[in-house]
Amino acid sequence: MSGLRRFVLKRLLLTIPILWGVSVITFALVYLTPGDPVDLMIGLNPNMSPAEEAALREQYGLDEPVYQQYIDWLVAALQGDFGNVIRTSRPVSDLVVDRIPPTIALGLFGWVFGLVIAIPTGIYAAVKKDQLGDDVSRFIALFGISIPNFWLGLMLILLGALWLNWWPVLAPRKPLFHPEMLWYLILPGLTIGTASSATLMRIMRSSMAEELNKEYVTAARAKGLPERTVILKHVLRNSLISVTTVAAFLTANILAGSVVVETVFSWPGLGRELVQAALRREVNLIMAITLLVGFVIIVMNLLADIVYAVLDPRIRYD
Amino acid sequence: MERGRITISGFDPERVTEREALSDWTDESSSETKSRWWRAWRRFRRNRSAMLGLAIVAIMALIAFLSVPVKIAGVTVQPFHLAPHRPDKILYLNNPDVEIYQQPNFEYMMGTDQNGRDMLSRVMVGGRYSISIGFVVVAVTATIGVIYGAIAGYYGGWIDEIMMRIVDTIFAFPGLVLALVIVTMLGKGYWELVLAFAAFGWAGYARLIRGEILKVKQEEYVTAAKALGARDASVIFRHIVPNAIAPLIVQASLSIGTVVIGVAALGFLGLGFPPGTPEWGTMLDSTRQTLIQGPGGSIPWWATVYPGGAIFLFVMAMNMIGDGINDALDAQEVSNVNQAGGG
Repeated sequence: MSGLRRFVLKRLLLTIPILWGVSVITFALVYLTPGDPVDLMIGLNPNMSPAEEAALREQYGLDEPVYQQYIDWLVAALQGDFGNVIRTSRPVSDLVVDRIPPTIALGLFGWVFGLVIAIPTGIYAAVKKDQLGDDVSRFIALFGISIPNFWLGLMLILLGALWLNWWPVLAPRKPLFHPEMLWYLILPGLTIGTASSATLMRIMRSSMAEELNKEYVTAARAKGLPERTVILKHVLRNSLISVTTVAAFLTANILAGSVVVETVFSWPGLGRELVQAALRREVNLIMAITLLVGFVIIVMNLLADIVYAVLDPRIRYD
Repeated sequence: MERGRITISGFDPERVTEREALSDWTDESSSETKSRWWRAWRRFRRNRSAMLGLAIVAIMALIAFLSVPVKIAGVTVQPFHLAPHRPDKILYLNNPDVEIYQQPNFEYMMGTDQNGRDMLSRVMVGGRYSISIGFVVVAVTATIGVIYGAIAGYYGGWIDEIMMRIVDTIFAFPGLVLALVIVTMLGKGYWELVLAFAAFGWAGYARLIRGEILKVKQEEYVTAAKALGARDASVIFRHIVPNAIAPLIVQASLSIGTVVIGVAALGFLGLGFPPGTPEWGTMLDSTRQTLIQGPGGSIPWWATVYPGGAIFLFVMAMNMIGDGINDALDAQEVSNVNQAGGG
């Protein structure tokens, strides 16, 4: 077997226990914390009689041992059945599927924005290492990492929607690919992309700076290649490899950001749905979204590792 | 030799080690550890942005502490009252001139909020929640993470394998999502939030310290300690951990900001504290709707700008300190890539 194929296979096998672990954590978060789903329902309906309570517990299988509950839940979940939303009796999976495209759109925008800002700035900072340009970019990155995304979102609404009147205050209730929606996407997209691009910029800078110190750079320069060629053709290519390794981390960042940013901008995605579910204590919905988030991050991790192995053959033989 | 890992590339590590050893050699060679931290502190002190960050954090913490008196079991332990008003006092009840959403003026420098409470006082008191949770969570998670990572790294083998797969699993979730779910299940409140962020936040430290331990485990002094019959716990915590601690401190100082933002985010989402709590994020939650709807055509920007600005200022100052510590300890450029699963 070729090195690459073996690496991918090994990596896939390693993913299985983690996927299983993700399901255990999701289940444990909801079922092992004090207060089970029925307690939450009692909170919604305090007049419930003990008999009704017991009936509900039986209906949800809460009188069974924990492992049995877990298996039941997992088997159903593997078939795409996460139960119903308690309030509306709509299947959870339906609702979740509806919420995925807006989050993907938002995440992609954030990603692209992050890359477009971070890569050139990172290169610039590395080339001007320890000069003024580097300090300025460092300060901007610090700014981007430190600013709370919900506050940045509110400030953008204040500026772009209330003072400049360029955007509506709330997301228009239109289909996702309606021009108004896409125009509105800029605000949450900028908000969600800021922190990622700041982090990415620092990573880009340090990996560039490291590459610039290597001997092949000296060799290329000694050969008389123009500095532009050295940087854009030789160094950039190698330092971009290390950027792929943070892809999964950035996805996690963007998903976490979407929880807050979608709420600020009333963007109809998964993150906002999770917050709504948390406020209404919709256990089934919370579990479905949490599980999905975990899966997405694991898959991104896997993809990033495989891309890394394709780009950098050395990694396959560790 | 101080530690086997000077990582600035472009330097010849041998030369640096030798030079440091020469220049620092004194009669009292036992002061090696002390002088290493002393050198780091000297470097930190020269770093202007880090010192500025330290000053900002100190002032904000002091203001929060002195804002309103603290009583423990009926005894006043902190008598100062810097805040011009009580944070929960509804001003228009006593003073008919004050309105809700009063514009900032000389008397109410940050204006008033939607219930006619003084914003300045609330922002001053608000630091108590965010700042203390940030430090408490980082202390708890770093401690758990060190113990966990040290055990995994020291014993290796299948213990390590299982322990690190658990860490990998935690890393599959963003810390904020886990904290959100936990707080939903536990309910709102200070210690609930601490638990929510501490429950999984240790994973990043565990991974970090394990990596460090794998590096120093092979050092001769560890073999020597083992050969002398030191117990495992003593080898781990007296010999290995102190030599692996520098990156941990960097990570911890950079994480405080992340936790503070996370706590404020949950407060903002309406999940962190009961409504009306003068916590920075929770204060934003109550004003968000009004900002979006714009009451009576006027926009009470001060109700959003100031509490959020306080979070921003604190987190920025904290990150400046973290960067300064990073430079001072000569640790690797920490890109803080493991905020997932806690942070």
